Amino acid sequence: MTATPEAPELLRRTRELLAAHPPATTGRTEFLGARFDAGLAWVHYPVGLGGLGAPRSLQPVVDAELAAAGAPDNDPRRIGIGLGMAAPTILGFGTDEQKRRFLRPLWIGEEVWCQLFSEPGAGSDLAALATRAVRDGDTWTVDGQKVWTSSAHLARWAILIARTDPDLPKHRGISYFICDMTDPGVDVRPLRQITGEAEFNEVFLTGVRIPDSRRLGPVGEGWKVAQTTLMNERVSIGGMRIPREGGMIGPVSRTWRERPELRTPDLHQQLLTLWVEAEVARLTGERLRQQLVAGQPGPEGSGMKLAFARLNQEISGLEVELLADEGLLYGDWTMRRPELVDFTGRDAGYRYLRSKGNSIEGGTSEVLLNIVAERVLGLPSEPRTDKDVAWKDLSR
Amino acid sequence: MTAPVQPAATPDLLYSEAEEDLRSAVRALLADRSGAPSVIARTESDTPYDQQLWKTLAAEIGAAGLLVPEKLGGLGAGHREAAVVLEELGRAVTPSPYLTSAVVATSVLLALGPEDGPAAGLLGDLAAGRRTAALAVPFATAPGADHTAEVTADCGALTGTVRGVADAALADVLLVHAPTGLYAVERTAQGVGVEALVPLDLTRPLAGITLDGAAATLLAGPRAAGEAVRRGLLAGAGLLASEQLGVAEWCLTETVRHTKERHQFNRPIGSFQALKHRMAELWLQVVSARAAARNAADALATDAADAPLAVAVAQAYCSGVAVHAAEECVQLHAGIGMTWEHPAHLYLKRAKADSIAYGTAGRHREAVAGLAGLPAS
Repeated sequence: MTATPEAPELLRRTRELLAAHPPATTGRTEFLGARFDAGLAWVHYPVGLGGLGAPRSLQPVVDAELAAAGAPDNDPRRIGIGLGMAAPTILGFGTDEQKRRFLRPLWIGEEVWCQLFSEPGAGSDLAALATRAVRDGDTWTVDGQKVWTSSAHLARWAILIARTDPDLPKHRGISYFICDMTDPGVDVRPLRQITGEAEFNEVFLTGVRIPDSRRLGPVGEGWKVAQTTLMNERVSIGGMRIPREGGMIGPVSRTWRERPELRTPDLHQQLLTLWVEAEVARLTGERLRQQLVAGQPGPEGSGMKLAFARLNQEISGLEVELLADEGLLYGDWTMRRPELVDFTGRDAGYRYLRSKGNSIEGGTSEVLLNIVAERVLGLPSEPRTDKDVAWKDLSR
Repeated sequence: MTAPVQPAATPDLLYSEAEEDLRSAVRALLADRSGAPSVIARTESDTPYDQQLWKTLAAEIGAAGLLVPEKLGGLGAGHREAAVVLEELGRAVTPSPYLTSAVVATSVLLALGPEDGPAAGLLGDLAAGRRTAALAVPFATAPGADHTAEVTADCGALTGTVRGVADAALADVLLVHAPTGLYAVERTAQGVGVEALVPLDLTRPLAGITLDGAAATLLAGPRAAGEAVRRGLLAGAGLLASEQLGVAEWCLTETVRHTKERHQFNRPIGSFQALKHRMAELWLQVVSARAAARNAADALATDAADAPLAVAVAQAYCSGVAVHAAEECVQLHAGIGMTWEHPAHLYLKRAKADSIAYGTAGRHREAVAGLAGLPAS
């Protein structure tokens, strides 16, 4: 390929794919495989790895055409961690062999991925992790415990960071691996949460043996590799256009309209305040989207997660109160194992409890505020006492 | 009741190149001629506005004529551009009749659809920056509020009083809304009394108006007058959000600058997490206020059916952001923020007064209730 393909060329290839594999008569996996092979999976990836080296901004051209033709999609929600975190990291740091082996089954949804980063003692301070990987020739032996692992019970593969040199300061003694979740010594246990569900897991790693060929990036450079993963995790909202009342304000506004008997002056004031804030958050997201399209990405993205976490919590709290007698009830405490993370579904009580996680998962609001303060506003960082201390000498 | 009305078109929430050029021109002018010490000095003088600065802004840069079509003597731009001017005027907390004359009075006159006659003549003067006008209703009046001025008309002569009118003391013309219609009154005409009041916001003078048989020119009958005044106040409220954005932005920028430099406990106070989080929260509010203010300006510019909701949302949100930013600015500057020499107080006074101007956030939330189908009972 010499020239970078542009929109008309992508459209032509998409139509070619649809003609050769009519969605009506083609199996889901087969279609997705053909799409990957045609370079239309993620057009900004290289040729042969599901892409065409086209600008990332052109992906919607392909997606829209496929959606209009009723083509199956690869359910980005189910494969979210693989798609959003593992894939860009493998693309950035993997060997050719790793890229060929992992990207296609990941994208077509044959292999689900999970992420073994957080630990009971290393959440916001992720680099404090204690899971050890000890090298013996061509194999690493891993021992430790991970937590908050969504999809671990479904996953075939995991991205894993582990400590390979405790004598170095914490950021420098970490390496990055691909872990086979079916290997002996990997023990996945459901972690029942505040909602009653076990959406996440804890994962115990006991003498798990990982071949060195499944290391991503150089030994001791795992923190740098993980930064790529985490940055991609936070590449958010992108092209999504949310309608007015599209988020959690929708159900509570509907309840307000349909159930006049629930209305009180105090709840009315609260509802209007939150309705305005939800509308402003929608507009802020829309402005961010327009900036991206115009090729002037602003730093607003760093703040959107903060805004939505707080809004979700306040709105769902109001909704429970609005429902009065019904707010005292809860849908179902049976421990379920949902395949998809369902932020807005089910009843008001569930939404209230689940949204408590919005300010914790993917970076706590406190950490994100620090990021905004330091990277966007340029405020000085707090003095660091752990920077030049060997990990083994840190207090834990 | 069903789902809320979705906006018909996607608003353009960015700034165009022409808008950025206009911003640069206004910012350069204000940096040169409206520095904080001169604004403070002026608030204690008898001339609340720098007339030369106003002439340059209104006539040379052409800011006063942005909303007015070319055939009526303006630049034929729109609310999006006027909003950018107000952001800069807010950022510099510049005393200027821009909002009251070039936006509100101008919008009232434009809504009359004047092709010729006294309204068209006056519009041309306002657009060229030759004269200024003030709508004689209390500054706190929300769009659509019942503000029946206590003014009566008898054979073209007006009698009555109006409280708390912004920029009335220096306006050349007062637009008076009486039950019988909309009238233009020369401020210096016989029977017109304008008494300057002591305003909370030192940078925007308020006056009480007393009319005692003042000679007036009828511009429109009662129906057209009511609608024109509503549209004028809607434009004022909508673009005030951009002024509030400018106020909030200055407060945040200045607070960040100060806390990076000010040392206590052997480190810059901006490195303390308790302070950083407050400024990061403020940043998020300012970013959100920008989206809300741009949305209102765009809705007004395109005369969208959605404009009243866009304006109500912007006012309900941006008022609080400007006040919060100014209050944080004073607090995080600590002792120096309480002094007369430091400009923080000017911004606090402007922000608090703006939160009442053209309707409080609460009044605008009530408007949202009606427009979004969320009734009180």
